[in-house]
Amino acid sequence: MNDTVGIVIVSHSKDIAKGTADMVRQMVGSEVKVAFCGGNPEGGLGTSVSLIIDAINAAWSAKGVAILVDLGGAETNSEMAVEMLEPARRDLVVVCNAPIVEGAVMAATEAAGGSSLAQVKAVAEELSAD
Amino acid sequence: MSLQPETFKSLVKVAAEQVIACAPELTSLDQAIGDGDHGTNMKRGFEAVLGKLDVISAQPLDEALKMIGKTLVMTVGGASGPLYGSFFLAAGEALSHDRRLPEDLADVFGSGVNAVCARGRSQPGEKTMLDVLVPVLETLKTAAGQPDLIARVRNTASAAVERTAPMQATKGRASFLGPRSVGHIDPGARSSSVLVQAVCASLEGRQ
Repeated sequence: MNDTVGIVIVSHSKDIAKGTADMVRQMVGSEVKVAFCGGNPEGGLGTSVSLIIDAINAAWSAKGVAILVDLGGAETNSEMAVEMLEPARRDLVVVCNAPIVEGAVMAATEAAGGSSLAQVKAVAEELSAD
Repeated sequence: MSLQPETFKSLVKVAAEQVIACAPELTSLDQAIGDGDHGTNMKRGFEAVLGKLDVISAQPLDEALKMIGKTLVMTVGGASGPLYGSFFLAAGEALSHDRRLPEDLADVFGSGVNAVCARGRSQPGEKTMLDVLVPVLETLKTAAGQPDLIARVRNTASAAVERTAPMQATKGRASFLGPRSVGHIDPGARSSSVLVQAVCASLEGRQ
């Protein structure tokens, strides 16, 4: 199976989410599916569960999806979004405890090599280890 | 107290309108120790609930609560969406499993509170909405069946929100401020208190 883990970037700011996705694209190339979202349901700073669900589905891969978030609400809303996925997909999506920009680049680099979802998450989270 | 569909509808309406009316206050509390969006987020969520109120109140109570929860989850846009959303989703779920109102009110409310604890990975004493919800739950348990239950719940909520001022936040955005969070009422505790008090006021008006 040539599938690679998909990457989703969730920021309070759509500009940060898009900029992070651009960096991943430039550094890792296009073999990894990357989706991003930012902004509350009205487009202001914040996050939106429905946009996160859309992003997960856009980056979907049979190997799973790793989500990188910025601050509190992005994490809580991402966890909620995962729970609202169809049951078959829920267990294949993880929220990484990692800095959003560095985490996304590291996770995508690891994913590009064909690693499993657990490996991708672990590599991103090494950035949070002291 | 029996919960007829019309009563439920007016409870939700009053609670939503109260939160919306308090949005500027919630925002200013959140500007002090958070990111300043709690008022606008709650307003957006409860305006969406009001917009669907006819559909919501036409459902059986368990489905109605779940619909409120899902609406908040999808529209609030901050952490309070999943937190309040999970409360209503879990309370509705409890009613789907043989719980009845009003006799199981503490149980149903408790299911909601547990869901908030789980969603926020939080517990009372951390300067959050749980510092209102948990004391209210205790009162619902200890004063169950008492004639002055509503007044006691109302007093519990208003005292509990004030007690968040001296607390130091260890969860949520306010925790970034550390000791500087002391001296401010927690905005999530305040919005919980507004909701609880609005429901109490509406029920008292019907007695």
